[in-house]
Amino acid sequence: MLKIENLHVSIKGREILKGVNLEVHAGEVHAIMGPNGTGKSTLASVIAGKEGYEVTEGKIIYKGKNLMDLSIEDRAREGIFIGFQYPVEIPGVSIANFMRTALNEIRQYRGLDPLNGAQFLKLMNEKKKVVELTEKLSNRSVNEGFSGGEKKRNEIFQMAMLEPTLSILDETDSGLDIDALRIVANGVNQLKNQDNATIVITHYQRLLDYIVPDVVHVLFDGKIVKTGPKELALELEKRGYDWIKEEYEQHKLS
Amino acid sequence: MKSFAEYTQQLKNYRLQLQPDPYQPVEEYFTCQVANMGSVMLPLLNGWYVHKDSQLTLYPDGVIAGSLKAAMTQYPELVQASLKTLEDHKQDELTLSNKEQFTDGIFLYVPDNVKVEKPFQIVSLVNSREDLLIQNRHLIHLGQNAELSVIQCDDSTKYGKTFLNVVTAITLNRQARLHYYKTENKEAESLLFNHLYVNQCAESFFHSNAITFNAGYVCNDIHVNLNEPFAEAQLYGLYLVDKTQQCENRIKVSHNCPDCKSFQLYKGIMDDEAEATFHGHVVVQPDAQRTNAFQTNRNILLTDKAKINTQPFLEIYADDVQCSHGATVGQLDDEALYYLRTRGIGERSARKLLMFAFANEICQHVEIQALKDRLSDMVQRRLNGELTICDQCMMHNADNGGLIFPIDPSKL
Repeated sequence: MLKIENLHVSIKGREILKGVNLEVHAGEVHAIMGPNGTGKSTLASVIAGKEGYEVTEGKIIYKGKNLMDLSIEDRAREGIFIGFQYPVEIPGVSIANFMRTALNEIRQYRGLDPLNGAQFLKLMNEKKKVVELTEKLSNRSVNEGFSGGEKKRNEIFQMAMLEPTLSILDETDSGLDIDALRIVANGVNQLKNQDNATIVITHYQRLLDYIVPDVVHVLFDGKIVKTGPKELALELEKRGYDWIKEEYEQHKLS
Repeated sequence: MKSFAEYTQQLKNYRLQLQPDPYQPVEEYFTCQVANMGSVMLPLLNGWYVHKDSQLTLYPDGVIAGSLKAAMTQYPELVQASLKTLEDHKQDELTLSNKEQFTDGIFLYVPDNVKVEKPFQIVSLVNSREDLLIQNRHLIHLGQNAELSVIQCDDSTKYGKTFLNVVTAITLNRQARLHYYKTENKEAESLLFNHLYVNQCAESFFHSNAITFNAGYVCNDIHVNLNEPFAEAQLYGLYLVDKTQQCENRIKVSHNCPDCKSFQLYKGIMDDEAEATFHGHVVVQPDAQRTNAFQTNRNILLTDKAKINTQPFLEIYADDVQCSHGATVGQLDDEALYYLRTRGIGERSARKLLMFAFANEICQHVEIQALKDRLSDMVQRRLNGELTICDQCMMHNADNGGLIFPIDPSKL
């Protein structure tokens, strides 16, 4: 579904990603771990199409298409979803209005008729349950005045509404208490199926107790330096990242 | 833009109507389209209160509403008390001309401890083929612990040029609470001045929300005196102007005693060659310690020729205060735009949503739900270019034609 080959990315001339290779298939959950500042969020932003990121080498192929040819919105319409670490507050736009616009633009792109008011409300009520979202929250402006947990729940709610094929959840666990973490992880697990894939970007292993990955990658110095099964996450939790750094330095020397 | 003195020179070019028109059932053919608001209509036609039976209504709870002219003879002492509020303020040339020339206006009196449930809606209609001058004066008096909401609408009906010069004096006694909404949707030839003079006693609360959709020239000129401790004033405003429209918001808040709060948030979107002014002046007098005063003005300019003059201005003579002011002129929030696009919303729609969000923030502070919904809807349609002045009132003739003012988000 997603194939990243030798991806090099710079921001304002500074190289952040230095040759990332990654392949994700339908039905899989991948975790990307690593210390702060190693390019995890950059990877998510490049896949989303954020401006200011220059791809100097390599490519990202998604469902056989070169992602770089698509606008931000077209990537979303093709089924890519980014769960943000810091979702922005948009005062004045209700979640309902926001989601209805998004859903109908995606449907139009796919040649489907727009949902009418009743259909949309029905869908929204159904999807709210995924993250135990209250009626009140959905009538409020997007993320405005939301707590950290509410913002992340709202991200997963949007994911449920848009039914993406590839979801990238960037530090979804940051700032969550244990109850919110459970709700968010439950939501993600409910949405998982054979046809979609999820990339979970996280600093800590904690989230992976709830969202169990098939593959764990360690991103360090702009490269994926280690890939392993879910047990790798546990090892990182126990031993920290220093041994990864050492291994990497030694590898570089030899 | 011209000064008030220059505008005063223009008054002589308009005709003041010295008698009311013969009674017309305005209440029957003018219907406010805001559903479920349940407001009590106080219509004015060409500057005169329109009534079928009596010029003043005395409600069982002691509320008095109706013609100011009538109140001056029936309740002279109440009128006098309200007029004192005006004398406390420095008055400009236009306000002084109103003192000499006003024909009629609305008198609204709420006794102590009365909480009025239905909002009163002052609707000023102009229906004349001549170039009319409307000099109206409204007095709103709230007794101790009284509560009221007032909606003031100015709409044109026929094509003659009009010069509206409206002075409203508001007196809020101890713990009184007033919500005051001002909206106008007038044709390009009109000049509209709304001077609001407010005196607030201890623990009183004043909320004002002025939304300008269309106008030739509109000036909302608000003066608030916070005269006793723990009084609070919240002033909001929105202006959506295009073509060669002009809108001014001039605000002066005087903190004359300790422990008061004032808050201002004004936002505007200017397209084409439209021009707007925000002049926000907060004075904190020497003994007004522990004042909280905040002032923000945000603007979006869509073209190189559109103009905003913004002057947030704090004048502080006390030392223990919390005050802030700020003005921004710019574009939409790039981060928000990005966020919307990552959900599949196209750039153009995303800009529209954000412009609506930007503007709608002001509507969100309207407390009357039906009015809030309606204003939000009008903002939406204004930004889509679907709102024309003929839309709003049954009286407007459909053949008015040619008055479509689309604000085009693609110009951003």
